[in-house]
Amino acid sequence: MAELVGYGFVLGSIITLGAVGLTLIYGIVNFGNFSHGDLMTLGAYLALLLTARIFPALGISDRPLSPLSFGWVMLLSFIPAMAVTGLVALVADRLVYRPLRRLEVKPVFLAISSLAVALVLRSLVYILWGPDYHFLIHGLRPMLRLPLGVKLRPDQVFIIIIAWAMVAGLYLFLQRTKIGKALRAMADNPNLARITGIPTERMTILVWFIGGSMAAAGGILLGIDSQVRPTMGWALLLPLFAAIVLGGIGNPYGALVGGLVLGIVQQASTMWLLPSYKPAVAFLVLILILMFRPQGIFGGT
Amino acid sequence: MSLLEVGGVVSGYGEMEILHDVSIQVEKGDIVSLIGPNGAGKSTLMKTIFGLLRAWKGYVRFAGEEITHLQPEQIVRRGLCYVPQVDNIFPSLTVRENMEMGAFIRDDNYQLRMDEIYELFPDLKDRRGTRAGKLSGGMRQMVALGRALMLDPQMMLLDEPSAGLAPLVVELIFERIRAINREGVTFLIVEQNALKVLENSDQGYVLVEGRNRLNGTGRELLEDKQIGELFLGR
Repeated sequence: MAELVGYGFVLGSIITLGAVGLTLIYGIVNFGNFSHGDLMTLGAYLALLLTARIFPALGISDRPLSPLSFGWVMLLSFIPAMAVTGLVALVADRLVYRPLRRLEVKPVFLAISSLAVALVLRSLVYILWGPDYHFLIHGLRPMLRLPLGVKLRPDQVFIIIIAWAMVAGLYLFLQRTKIGKALRAMADNPNLARITGIPTERMTILVWFIGGSMAAAGGILLGIDSQVRPTMGWALLLPLFAAIVLGGIGNPYGALVGGLVLGIVQQASTMWLLPSYKPAVAFLVLILILMFRPQGIFGGT
Repeated sequence: MSLLEVGGVVSGYGEMEILHDVSIQVEKGDIVSLIGPNGAGKSTLMKTIFGLLRAWKGYVRFAGEEITHLQPEQIVRRGLCYVPQVDNIFPSLTVRENMEMGAFIRDDNYQLRMDEIYELFPDLKDRRGTRAGKLSGGMRQMVALGRALMLDPQMMLLDEPSAGLAPLVVELIFERIRAINREGVTFLIVEQNALKVLENSDQGYVLVEGRNRLNGTGRELLEDKQIGELFLGR
């Protein structure tokens, strides 16, 4: 059980990285971004491209940083992979969502259009990389024995540290900086933000970039934890949505708890159920929250 | 030259014309009230002045410059602030963060200004770490005013500052508005509470069905028989 909770914490940390971006975007543009999972996928494939092709072609290669099963090239790949994915999210906003916003369509149409963006992204991944599995890491390392009988691979400890460092960074940004506060203000009350002189279009660009790049980081971490495949992010979309609904939609702090709970519940369920039922568990959690506490644990914006 | 001049404005929502031909002038340093029955177009006029609605015809001039087709984020930089009737705070932000957002477009140090506003509304200082959404109606109105004041505006547009507040709180809010006015801020105030606002106004305009009906000093309007019948129940 302790082991499954440990794995759940790893998965939960990855879900959290996706969920905070998803909920932040929701708060600003007011629709659920169904392409969020595929942005995670894109991030993982970009890291694959960088570590397996681009860096070696540039003559940069390295050996694993023991006890991790990957080297510093992987760490280096986070930055361009996150930046490019952030830009892709931003371009999708310029090309698809902004024109629709200008037409003042209902949020549901924006959500559906994001589903189209998701399909375009996934198709691109299929075209460029094919349907096969790929690995970001080579060779497994022995487990670390942690207190309370938890056993994790060193890579998984790395995943937890990176994910929570990023989440903490985002938290500080939202809590301490003027721009971060303005993002929260805009999520609270977009009209008042405009009246106050907050440049709402620029804030929208920023939130797509932040959300997209955090999704990419989550995707890379997911790739390190298991493998890289075209449906990896899509399969995570449901837990992402369940996590943000659990935490209170639009509330980035709620998404932290929601992400962890979803990760742990999904992994713990494999004690009694086949792992292939994990998405059903996320569905079940989502239904239960919507029935008993639709505003989420912490309330939304 | 008047600080705010609105001339022959026609405007509305979508296809629906609400304002047919409205003109008002606000002199620097005055408190000017805008009264009229429900649906007269008072809030529509405020939104049109502030660029939230497009003026189909006519002009809006502020401090001698045309602002008719500017965006709200440009207008606010010229020293004109707007406090809407509802949803006029950021509920999940603290009182202090609400004030900081009011100063969003200021690049200078605004701490002094914040202290001045806390002096004007001492209650806000005591609750500065509280989320604005948890405050009472009166306190929220103070947060809304405080937020707008952070820019040191020349003029403020207030949409029904007394809506939903207890009589004692209304009294306090208007007393504070007069105090802000004594420091040189000009006001244009939309109100349902015609008696209260006219008592506190230098000038007043009566709007009926999207057109100017009457205007005069606050006292003249208070004594006007027509107004008495229309709004004051006399």
